[in-house]
Amino acid sequence: MVSLLPTPHPKERRLIFENISIPGYAPDIDTYLAYGGYESLRKAFTMKPNEIVDLVKAANLRGRGGAAFPAGIKWSFIKYDDGKPHYIVVNADESEPGTFKDRYILHQDPHQLIEGLIISAFATNTHLSYIYIRCEFPHAARIVWEAIGEAKAKGFLGKNILGSGFDLEIYVHQGAGAYICGEETSLLESLEGKRPYPRIKPPYFPAVLGLYMKPTIVNNVETICHVKHILRLGAEAYTQMGSPGDGGTRTMCVSGDVMRPGFYEIPCGGVTLGELIFDVCRGLKPGRTLKAVIPGGSSAKVLRAEETFKIKVKGADGEMVEKSVPLLDVVMDASSLQAVGTMIGSGGVIVMDDTRDMLWVLNNLNQFYAHESCGQCTPCREGSLWMSKVTTRMLNGGGVESDPTKLKSIADNIAGRTICAFGEACAWPTQSFLDKFPEEFAASSTPTDEENPAPTQTSPSAPS
Amino acid sequence: MMIATKTHQAENVTPDFVSEADELVSHYPVAKRSASLPLLHLWQRRFGHVDNSGVEWIAAKLDLEPVNILELLTFYPWFRQEAAGKTIIRVCRTLACAMAGSYEVKEKFCSAVGLDPHAEHHGFGSAPPTTTDGKFSVEFVECLASCGSAPVALINDDLVENISPTEVPAILSQYQ
Repeated sequence: MVSLLPTPHPKERRLIFENISIPGYAPDIDTYLAYGGYESLRKAFTMKPNEIVDLVKAANLRGRGGAAFPAGIKWSFIKYDDGKPHYIVVNADESEPGTFKDRYILHQDPHQLIEGLIISAFATNTHLSYIYIRCEFPHAARIVWEAIGEAKAKGFLGKNILGSGFDLEIYVHQGAGAYICGEETSLLESLEGKRPYPRIKPPYFPAVLGLYMKPTIVNNVETICHVKHILRLGAEAYTQMGSPGDGGTRTMCVSGDVMRPGFYEIPCGGVTLGELIFDVCRGLKPGRTLKAVIPGGSSAKVLRAEETFKIKVKGADGEMVEKSVPLLDVVMDASSLQAVGTMIGSGGVIVMDDTRDMLWVLNNLNQFYAHESCGQCTPCREGSLWMSKVTTRMLNGGGVESDPTKLKSIADNIAGRTICAFGEACAWPTQSFLDKFPEEFAASSTPTDEENPAPTQTSPSAPS
Repeated sequence: MMIATKTHQAENVTPDFVSEADELVSHYPVAKRSASLPLLHLWQRRFGHVDNSGVEWIAAKLDLEPVNILELLTFYPWFRQEAAGKTIIRVCRTLACAMAGSYEVKEKFCSAVGLDPHAEHHGFGSAPPTTTDGKFSVEFVECLASCGSAPVALINDDLVENISPTEVPAILSQYQ
């Protein structure tokens, strides 16, 4: 496993990975209790459920799974005493290429997740919860299941938890190798035992018509873990750690062409992209230069090294002023990345240096999306495969001049025309790679067209 | 497409298997259909793959039609209707691993066990390419969520990280 740095980098601030950093820390309950485990839960039981929801709202906790939706607001959609059963489902289907943080939480500190989950359930009047773990983490499923057993034996789960009168059962549910199950409504269909076709919203917002058509919260593993720390630290200390509107810490997973790939827990907005790559991850391999960065998992739009962005920021007099920001100065938080036209997503940063061929990279991602499209909506099912076929053909030297236009047209006809956000997720790479690196795609398209074969011309060669 | 098999796996269901299945069903007090995936996992772990008799057995257990189980078996890449090797090597194909050389790693695994590295595998319930002695299957899978230690492979239940092609024979020797 990628190990944490023995001493955190000065830019890091560990909450989620605090315990895991301790030498010899084990995933069992006795170790967890020795380091203050389940104290936040005891505190939660001294509060009113709505006070906990308000606290999470005030903490500006934004979802760590991809959409960065404010968790407290999501929770407040659940009406505490509407007489219906409520469910919380933890999304541990971590599958977004570039993301690998939940894996370590599940394997190394499962009780942190369980404690966060019990508090979340207490706050929303939930008595049955599932942790949906992808089946490619078989050990994680076993470790979490054993941790649930330990928690039950100590009275943290089951009937009348710690004498509070509150009951909760948690079960582990394993996926079966489909990326689409990370989409929350698809995950619920999967959990109901059906083909995991995402549900159409409206009306099927999980908070209204979720699991078994009852109000349901679906939160990412890291998001649920943060709840424990919000209770421990209080909303004020927690928000101060982050940036405005994005409280606490966020785990950034860095992979690709950096000297020290790995995951780093950093206060939200606590580093710029340049600091993350060149300081925290010790830069690129010797002699290489930065070419491109995918900042938030493979679905996030790619950024080009030389790019400069015009961003509106609040000036000294409180007026909004336009500022020019080079790529490496972009702050790694949800709103800053949104302002430069991409997203923080799941925090998966994939770094590419000057040796990378962008057509090859896009083709790799297109093959992923073609494989993972669930097939429910025609634009995505057909389009993702077409895009993959076109980039594969271009890569094999069979490109034609119309290919970039064709690719763009296919992508434009997927985004916004599907039931779930997978449509955008598979269109954005193609749209952004074509937009940011047009010369590489033009070079791979020979100046002929299938319909109008041109006379022999010298073709620009594909990049090697 | 269902694949004809000579024996029916359901004939070999034992009482302990039934009690394990019942335990899994009890995790879903609201609707037992939710136990479809857990029972498919249980079946595949016990019998290696899921044949028609398995589909029918699970459906009967959950008061469903067999097609409700079959449609899952043919959707999820994890499940198969044919026997795979004793050791299944799933090499990650997606970006960070590919950048770190996973194509070469997969080729090395294939050639080391005697499989065609370029054989295509389309899923939909079929088994990944498997050696004739039934020892090994090798396939590409999509992102295994370990991009920081690329390239990686899931070998049976274990994640093997930072694989260099030269280490492939040593890795394989642990699974003889």
